[in-house]
Amino acid sequence: MTSPEMKSLSSPNQTCVVIGASHAGVSFAFALRKEGWQGGIVLIDQDPDLPYHRPPLSKSYLANPGNGLSLLKAQESYEKEQIQLKLGIKVTTLDRESKALRLSDGNVLSYDKLVFATGARAWMPQLNGMEPGMPLFTLRNAGDMRRIQQRVGQSTSKRALIVGGGFIGLELAASFRKMGLAVAVMEREERVLSRVTAPELSSYFEKLHRSQGVEVLLGQEVKAIRPSKNGLQVSIMDNLSIEADLLVFGVGIRVNSELAEQTGLDATGGIAVDGQCRTADKHIYAIGDCTLHYNPYYERHLRLESVQNAVDQAKTAAAALMGKPEVYDALPWFWSDQYDLKLQMVGLSQGYDHSVLRREGEHSFSLWYFKEGRLLAVDAVNVPKAYVWGTKYLKERTALDSEKVGDPTIDYSSFAFSPTPHLNLPK
Amino acid sequence: MAKITFIASNGSSKIAEGFGGSLMELAVSHGIQGIDGDCGGVCSCATCHVHVAPGDMEKTGPASDIEKDMLELADGADEFSRLCCQIQVSDALDGIQLRVAK
Ligand SMILES: Cc1cc2nc3c(=O)[nH]c(=O)nc-3n(C[C@H](O)[C@H](O)[C@H](O)COP(=O)(O)OP(=O)(O)OC[C@H]3O[C@@H](n4cnc5c(N)ncnc54)[C@H](O)[C@@H]3O)c2cc1C
Ligand code: FES
Repeated sequence: MTSPEMKSLSSPNQTCVVIGASHAGVSFAFALRKEGWQGGIVLIDQDPDLPYHRPPLSKSYLANPGNGLSLLKAQESYEKEQIQLKLGIKVTTLDRESKALRLSDGNVLSYDKLVFATGARAWMPQLNGMEPGMPLFTLRNAGDMRRIQQRVGQSTSKRALIVGGGFIGLELAASFRKMGLAVAVMEREERVLSRVTAPELSSYFEKLHRSQGVEVLLGQEVKAIRPSKNGLQVSIMDNLSIEADLLVFGVGIRVNSELAEQTGLDATGGIAVDGQCRTADKHIYAIGDCTLHYNPYYERHLRLESVQNAVDQAKTAAAALMGKPEVYDALPWFWSDQYDLKLQMVGLSQGYDHSVLRREGEHSFSLWYFKEGRLLAVDAVNVPKAYVWGTKYLKERTALDSEKVGDPTIDYSSFAFSPTPHLNLPK
Repeated sequence: MAKITFIASNGSSKIAEGFGGSLMELAVSHGIQGIDGDCGGVCSCATCHVHVAPGDMEKTGPASDIEKDMLELADGADEFSRLCCQIQVSDALDGIQLRVAK
């Protein structure tokens, strides 16, 4: 039986408005229906495309323009679940007192419950010599990707410069190579993927990209940009310069938290939410890339950029909104595909004091990260088995014997410490 | 064209007609409950786990090594388990039955 409280939560006259129709917002809308919400659900996004998977933007979409976007849900599914989509429309202001939103099409929309699923936008640094109309790009949505594809199509010398050696930068490099471009990746730090992995993995990826013909420039920064015949001349340190038809930045994001901030919600480093994705306003929730939340496993506040976090927080928020207080405690996981390589990561390695390499072959290995003997995370390259066992051990908080982990003759199922011999065994 | 029967975890079944793409994409485009496809079909999330009807295993073929590894610890995995993003729709699959894993 529904309690009176539950009933009032799911009255058919109420409307839940979701700002942002991407991984978080779309998962939330469907999860809320599944939880029994009877009122209206409105999903708003400034992006005009029917909501699609974002990770392939730097991977399969880019190199295969003919295939189109893979949709998060079929159009009919929104109709069937009575989820109203308002695409190509931006929410411009929020009034928490009157519980109303102003939209870029001039309309005002009232809400009973509001969800921020506004994600983040790619950041473009301001550089010396930058001018409008230069072939400079970032990559966050399908529009960005189409602009890059178009520029590649028009370019004459087919040379791309990527600034930023993180996941997006490296995935782009792999895709551009597949499209036949000459590629240079420039990274400010002394190694690629420095923010997210151990040096062993960074050097593996650096070598991989070099072996695929990518020029990897480490410890380098853009000094200035000038227009040139084919596109750009980019001056870097040591009086060197690079010619490129296009430059793509993969140097990080800015959270779309302005609407929350403007109305006084705490949004430093992400929109602050509790374990049930609630903000300080009891009618407003926030989910996905835009949130700063507490992770009970790692005992700290985090902002994550991953599909996993978007989808899992969406489910938590939908349950919370319907009065089921489930606390968000999902284990983070992530993947990256480059060339024929599959990287799968589970947990968060930041703060590790010890790592163990387990090698299965030249291009298949895993890194196990520990802190004070406790497993923090596993990065697996071409070994899904290491990823699934790592997940299990992390979830169950199993104490692992790191010597066994590093010994490829010992099976994944046998990493736990051998049971300590008991002194008073029963006779 | 291939007609594929999906049986959802609540027992309801739905026939989907597919022409190309993966069985995961087919399931998502037909709103099959329980097939989420969170990773977009790159064998990284196991949210597209199905059990192939025993008699249809010949048509779909067995799971690849990567799939087997991903399924090793999945709930309810058995010898008929597949990650359906790894199966391409083709005429040869006409008439098969897939039960969505819990
Ligand atoms: C190139 C690329 C590759 C990636 N690869 C991976 C990967 O391999 N694995 C992985 O796990 N993750 C990957 N990610 C990250 C993943 O895509 C994000 O974590 C995920 O999209 C977050 O979902 P979200 O819904 O929280 O935010 P977003 O996807 O950022 O969506 C937010 C939406 O809100 C809309 N919006 C914001 N403000 C407003 C407003 N005022 N009015 C209207 N609409 C608004 C935006 O238009 C946007 O569509 C990748 C991301 C990119 C860009
Ligand atoms: S869709 Fe992720 S494994 Fe099939």
